[in-house]
Amino acid sequence: MDMKTQTRSTDPLPADGEPVAATRWKRERKRYTDWCTLGFCILGGLLVGITVLALANITMAELADPAHLIKIATSSTVIESILLTFGAGASAVLLLIVFGTPLAYILARSRPSRFKGVVESIIDIPLILPHTVAGLLVYLLFMRRGWLGAPLSDIGLAFEDALPGTIVAMLFVASPFYINSMREGFEKVPVHLENVARTLGAGTFTMFRTVSLPLSLRHMYSGAILAWGRAIGEFAGVIMIAYYPFIISTLIYYSFTTDGIRASRSIAFTVILISFGVFYLLRRMTRHLGRYDDRV
Amino acid sequence: MAIIEARDIRKVYGNLEVLHDVDLSVEEGEILGLIGPSGSGKSTLLRILDLIEPPSGGELSVFGTDTVAERSRWLDLRRRMGMLFQRPIVFNASVYDNVAMGLRYRGVSGSDIDRKVKEALDAVGLSRYIKSRATDLSGGEQQRVALSRVLVTDPEILFLDEPTANLDPGSTATIERIVADLNREAGMTVLISTHDLAQGQRLAHRIAVMIEGTVAQAGSPHAVFHEPGSRKIAGFVGVQNIIPGRVVSRQGGLTTVAAKDRRIISATPSPADEVFVVIRGEDISLHRREPGYEEAENLFPARVTAIESMAPFVNVTVDCGCDLVVLMPARRAEALEIHVGMEVWVSLPAKVVHLVPQNGP
Repeated sequence: MDMKTQTRSTDPLPADGEPVAATRWKRERKRYTDWCTLGFCILGGLLVGITVLALANITMAELADPAHLIKIATSSTVIESILLTFGAGASAVLLLIVFGTPLAYILARSRPSRFKGVVESIIDIPLILPHTVAGLLVYLLFMRRGWLGAPLSDIGLAFEDALPGTIVAMLFVASPFYINSMREGFEKVPVHLENVARTLGAGTFTMFRTVSLPLSLRHMYSGAILAWGRAIGEFAGVIMIAYYPFIISTLIYYSFTTDGIRASRSIAFTVILISFGVFYLLRRMTRHLGRYDDRV
Repeated sequence: MAIIEARDIRKVYGNLEVLHDVDLSVEEGEILGLIGPSGSGKSTLLRILDLIEPPSGGELSVFGTDTVAERSRWLDLRRRMGMLFQRPIVFNASVYDNVAMGLRYRGVSGSDIDRKVKEALDAVGLSRYIKSRATDLSGGEQQRVALSRVLVTDPEILFLDEPTANLDPGSTATIERIVADLNREAGMTVLISTHDLAQGQRLAHRIAVMIEGTVAQAGSPHAVFHEPGSRKIAGFVGVQNIIPGRVVSRQGGLTTVAAKDRRIISATPSPADEVFVVIRGEDISLHRREPGYEEAENLFPARVTAIESMAPFVNVTVDCGCDLVVLMPARRAEALEIHVGMEVWVSLPAKVVHLVPQNGP
């Protein structure tokens, strides 16, 4: 009762029959500024602004000469290099799925211990190393005289300046992204769901195949996308062991140092457009995949 | 022969000991109720007996197979058992697919699955939901789906881990009826853990009480509820009167115990000199005036000191030299016009007075 009278006394009656509450809210909103939220928005905006500016910059420059852009974008070197990069990235992700998924499951289900901590740190090593260091590590291990490179080259698998080298370098730098995401997914699968499957007569692998894995599909998918994005963006890690064949980063760098800004910019712009397109499609597909994850 | 035989079972998580010295044997075809307060290790014990997780120590034989020696046979043994959990757990798929899970794991052919799933859903009264998404059902219905999912695999031993803790009385009754029928008609061995004492009494042929990680007492429901083995068990099974006392005489099979200012006669052979007198509130009769004829060995004048509602019953506390709590129907207390300060008489036969040693476990 009190509140009602107060509202009436401080609020003039609205002229055109608008509800009292609405006008009051509007006025209050204008009068009150939340400086904290505003400050956060400004700071964040600056960050996003840099990306937007950079993209606008390259777009304006490229759209000024579409003929040149099309010529570069359709050249066989660029197309081959893009296909190679995406393909090598996909191969690395495939290997990660085969070897990383079991590892992630073991990590998710084992009790904390010192050994587990060590394993987790080892997995994270590629995250903290400078990419050149990562590249050097891969190179030293897989080069023709390396611990793994020597025996493998004996059976005809060469890594130096060859596609396997590209893939193995991508695999190395992208692995923590996939494994960590997958582990998180497995951790979210309640153990009692697995127990139900086991009481119903499922063996360990059947339980994994019918319960744990399907319920973590979304994490597997987003982990794979993340790892793939990381793999196709790799430069320093890859060039150490496989300068050839040109992956897209190497091609852009090569073009930048030999042909100059104009050619490399057009390749870069092509890559931007294609990457946007691909990632947008992949993300859209996640939505449908997410359904399975909604559960009790 | 016992279908499950557990000796000295121990389970440790990190440095937390959840189970110790658990001895339990389950006879084929019986319903064994496992009761105990939350955290006493009931669920862990059931998981161990169902071979979902290994114990940290001890001996366990199931279906006469030594499970410690024959680890490779766990899956086969597990497929002869089934378990229903406390929370209704269904997978986000159709009711049909949920119920079919266990059969698919066993590689049963499609047409057999079809027939068995339909039968199982009929049995729990959920046939009309066969195509529904299991997660859309209510909690009680989900638990019935989970039950039929277990039953469709024809388990020889059924484990129920507080199966009705989250359910309404109607669903609880349905599930209890199904379990009792299965036991009677198919001879299924059932282990049910519950903290619902009444449910334990209703269903079980034999009851094991778990206190602080071990089986403190196992026996008939009558033995557990009326002759609990220790003060802790007596407290858990809801005995209202646990009174410290001293044995003053023994003669002719009767023991006289002094509890405060009152001497109580018990038919229990005295287990020690210092004892707890254990009397269930419903075993004490309350009279408005001194009864003309009373067979009970104990008959005392008393005064009502408190009345506490336990709808539809009341706990009437009387002082007869020591405090006694009498459990009686609320309507009867009204009829007798019981009120605080009222002078009354209480009587109790010696055979309802149980004694446990004070220094016992």
